[in-house]
Amino acid sequence: MHTSSTLILVLAVFAASLVEMVEALTIVVAAGVSRGWRPALEGAAAALAVLGVLVLVVGLPLIRYIPLDALRVVVGALLLVLGLSWLRKAILRASGHKDPHDEDKIFAATVAELSAENGGAAAAPTAAGTKKHDGVGFAVAFKGVFLEGTEVVLIVVSLGAAQHRLGLAALAAAAAAALVAVVGLLVARQLSEVPENTIKTVVGVMLTSFGLFWVGEGAGVHWPGGDLAIPVLVGFFVVVFFALTAFMRTQLPAPAAEKAAP
Amino acid sequence: MTAVTRAVRAFGHFWWDFLVGDTPEVALAVGVIVGLAFLLAGQRVVGAILLPLVATVFLFVSTYRGRRRAPRP
Repeated sequence: MHTSSTLILVLAVFAASLVEMVEALTIVVAAGVSRGWRPALEGAAAALAVLGVLVLVVGLPLIRYIPLDALRVVVGALLLVLGLSWLRKAILRASGHKDPHDEDKIFAATVAELSAENGGAAAAPTAAGTKKHDGVGFAVAFKGVFLEGTEVVLIVVSLGAAQHRLGLAALAAAAAAALVAVVGLLVARQLSEVPENTIKTVVGVMLTSFGLFWVGEGAGVHWPGGDLAIPVLVGFFVVVFFALTAFMRTQLPAPAAEKAAP
Repeated sequence: MTAVTRAVRAFGHFWWDFLVGDTPEVALAVGVIVGLAFLLAGQRVVGAILLPLVATVFLFVSTYRGRRRAPRP
């Protein structure tokens, strides 16, 4: 395996995990602030443990028992679904056709919802922190981390299995999750400053490139330059992203176009 | 409904949402790309050019379908 494709694998998994865990952190912090930190952190930890088990349970048999070419077509197709969807969303957001992901808005909505369930007012973190156990806080944090992490598991298993680097892929995802958790704990709030939309664009480009490469490779297409075709595909889809974004800006209806103009 | 049935339905829903969801054209794109890749097996330059182009065309169609439209008068 070429160094460049290994590097892109690590970057893609790290960035995908980073962006999903930032979204999960928003929900965990909202659950912690409104329902107490203990159940929120327990819920998040439990979800991370389940996700880790999923990587092992799904990933290892894939590597051991599925023929490599068939595996590459299947995981390539999965990566293409993810990559094209992320890229589509990124183009719509960058061109003003879709509102950017707003962690502050999601945080406020989740806190309001949980506080309403808590009896109409948000509990103070210190008071909430002394609660013995809160099933709602646990469940919300668990669900948030688990749902956001499912896509990361798919990416880790797909990229890791196709390149027989499951351990490296899992390590990259775990590093991103740990980074988000540490920063989140230090600042004790959601990370709305993280440029999520930009990271999602980068991940979308990488997943689409990997997906296309593995589908072709598994089906028997010979890519010129072998693994070196991956960085070329990445460059191609970066150009496609900017070209489509520029075109889509011209398609905005009049009031939205004025709003989206820099 | 038994717990097993619920789990199977939830599993099916997850994959349907993931693969098709509200952008069936993406699922179609992946199907076409996989089929085309098998048709082009053994090819070098043609496959390397056609596969990214087909992905780009579907991405354009899907993005265009998702554009914000002017409200009807």
